[in-house]
Amino acid sequence: MIRIATTAWLGLAALAPLAAQAQSQPPSLPNLRIALREDPDILDPTLSRTYVGRIVYMGVCDKLFDINERLEAVPQLATGYSWDDPVTLTIRLREGVRFHDGEMMDAEAVRYSLNRHLTMQGSFRRGEMGNITAIEVVDPLTVRLRLGAPNASLIATLTDRAGMIVSPKAAEAAGRNFGTRPICAGPFRFTERVAQDRIVLDRFPQYWDAARIHFNRVTYLSIPDNNVRLANIQSGAAELGERMEPDDLRAIQRNRNLRGVAVDELGWQSIQFNVNNGPRSEGLLRDPRVRRAFELAIDRAAINQVVYEGMFTPTRQPIPPASGFHLANFAPPARDVTRARALLREAGITAPLPLEFTIPNNPDLRQVGEVVQSMAREAGFDITLRAMEFASSLQAAQRGDFQLYLVGWSGRTDPDGNIHAFMHSRGGQNDGKYSNPEVDRLLDAARLESDVAKRRDLYRQALEIAVAQDAGRLFVWHRKNIMIHSTRLQGYRPIADGMIRLQDMRLN
Amino acid sequence: MWGWLLGRAGQMVPTLLILSVLIFGLQQLMPGDPALILAGEERGNPEVLAQIRAELKLDRPIWEQYLAWLGNVLVGDFGFSWRIRLPVSELILQKLPVTAQLAAMSFIIAVVIGVPLGIVSAVKRDTPADWAANAVALFGISTPNFWLGIMLILLFSVHLGWLPPSGYVPLWEDPLESLATTIMPAFVLGTGVASVLMRHTRAAMLSALSQDYVRTARAKGLTERVVVWKHALRNALVPVVTLGTIEFGRLLAGAVLTEQIFTIPGFGKLVVDAVFNRDYPVVQGVVLATALIFVALSLLADILYMLINPRLRRA
Repeated sequence: MIRIATTAWLGLAALAPLAAQAQSQPPSLPNLRIALREDPDILDPTLSRTYVGRIVYMGVCDKLFDINERLEAVPQLATGYSWDDPVTLTIRLREGVRFHDGEMMDAEAVRYSLNRHLTMQGSFRRGEMGNITAIEVVDPLTVRLRLGAPNASLIATLTDRAGMIVSPKAAEAAGRNFGTRPICAGPFRFTERVAQDRIVLDRFPQYWDAARIHFNRVTYLSIPDNNVRLANIQSGAAELGERMEPDDLRAIQRNRNLRGVAVDELGWQSIQFNVNNGPRSEGLLRDPRVRRAFELAIDRAAINQVVYEGMFTPTRQPIPPASGFHLANFAPPARDVTRARALLREAGITAPLPLEFTIPNNPDLRQVGEVVQSMAREAGFDITLRAMEFASSLQAAQRGDFQLYLVGWSGRTDPDGNIHAFMHSRGGQNDGKYSNPEVDRLLDAARLESDVAKRRDLYRQALEIAVAQDAGRLFVWHRKNIMIHSTRLQGYRPIADGMIRLQDMRLN
Repeated sequence: MWGWLLGRAGQMVPTLLILSVLIFGLQQLMPGDPALILAGEERGNPEVLAQIRAELKLDRPIWEQYLAWLGNVLVGDFGFSWRIRLPVSELILQKLPVTAQLAAMSFIIAVVIGVPLGIVSAVKRDTPADWAANAVALFGISTPNFWLGIMLILLFSVHLGWLPPSGYVPLWEDPLESLATTIMPAFVLGTGVASVLMRHTRAAMLSALSQDYVRTARAKGLTERVVVWKHALRNALVPVVTLGTIEFGRLLAGAVLTEQIFTIPGFGKLVVDAVFNRDYPVVQGVVLATALIFVALSLLADILYMLINPRLRRA
């Protein structure tokens, strides 16, 4: 009897450590599936070019800085920065950050990554990083950047791909194939990619902020068809879908298991005038009165209501509402057909003015074109719609083969990224070749100005001339980034850049 | 027979060469600058565009680009996807089994539905069975794939929750899950092909059943089943095999819309995305691979004729 009792106690004693271990082991974490609107391009922060790729980077590559809801830079791999003078930036790095290959991140790794962005053949980050002339290692946790000239948007640039830090060892070993298996310092490490199907990331236990990560695996599914993307969320095959359509919010209204979140995007949609690009610009579009008349002929709010169920935000400026540089009291003018006709008469136009409106061949954009066509007719414009495949429309615009062009921009955190390339006479995406020396001067000055209030005022002055006076381009609305997710998913933070930040998100 | 086979195989070479010129040349006629698309959000930077053009040799004369490409293809190098930097041959090998599985399943569904319906329709001509079979064929031909696909997703995935709405699981990873991900797209594709097969089988059977040898077989007292299955069908199969091979080839080329709807990462989706992104090496590689498959299938069809019809072997 005593022997049995002793055996039993010994058995229980032997089991105790196992029980304790079971209690202390964290419960297994769920997997998250995110439905993307398109397949990302190469997953190399130096070489990638697509918006959707940035969504995947949120899982795999941390950056020096991130942004908050007010588009302000917040620490991530860096803990802070200071401007020693207008052309010298010192960045302090976080201690204890490990790459997915086990190597530690230090100032040398940061210097390597920034140099890679600047010098690698084919780098698409070079233009964004302005005129960094030197990157110095001050100590293992401090780097110093020296610039050729002040650059007010540099910190904002470092909150995106240009600020992503890669493992030097892995990057050297992989060379130009790094993008097929990126090794960075994000919360998840790369596991698998099947082109046009999925990208799979698995939890990185040594992530510097691991306590805020509550998924075992994240799978990004490439599902271009919007109906099918929604069906995936409705059926539970995915927990979150990005860039859904306004109609989808109505479709899920009665579904208690789903929630829609809409936030103004960083970018804008615009109608570009061919002011001075080639033979097709010859004619009355060069007269700003004609362009102002066109603006008065359309009603942005009505177009938004008809095509997008009032979801988007009508605008007259390229600076998003979330930005601290967004201009108050710069609203679109009300539709005024009488004034529009008067402006056309002043410009010497009495008969309907024929204009061709180039539109990328999407159903909603074609609808926008039709509504604009109908409104503009009343003011004396005879609009012909030309729907073109997107790639072809880009090329046509670049060579000046257009008169009006409906074109958007995904947007940047810093206002310079939303204005300079489009309104400056040397701007790379100013296909209409709008040019005003005073606007150029103001935009260039804004690039160098670090005081927020002064910089905002410079943008106001520039837009008063470029948009209100010259109507060089019509900004029409900011789209909304619409996410639909399962109500089981908690902690999603809608930020204007449309990115899906996995920290603090949970699946119940 | 072997001489004939070698001759037919030899004919493939000039065919493929001409095809390669057509593939390369037609692509150059596509509007849209690949550098602009590949530059993505950096397209406003002229330096970036120049850099892309230099890296991808888009600034070289077309004939030089063609010869460079052809030279690489002959040694098995189809180049790299400009967009995601993966070798095109790797993409083709990745996607081909996917499309092959989908094509095979669709073809099986098509044959299982189409051929028996065609036989029944011919044998029971001008009866309710014939009319019903024709109605099924009409439905299959006239229903747009993308509509049928979305309807099936709404029913089986969203409302019933029986099947996943999209995506693909390889057969060797999980056969049951693979079947679940491919049964709907296979059905969508299969019904379209079944309708075509049904109509051709019906026509071929009607023609065969009106032949003298069938009258003779009946006069000899053979049962109708033997007359239909052993005598008429065997002769009717020749045109049906031709059509079936062509349809299978088209399925292998990738059913673009169906793959887009169901997000099946197959050939069709690969080439459509490549066209929209002006990813020339992928377009060229996939189209050339598809052409090779078609040519090989056409040879296979000729061989099958020989096997089915002894008269052709003797000739």
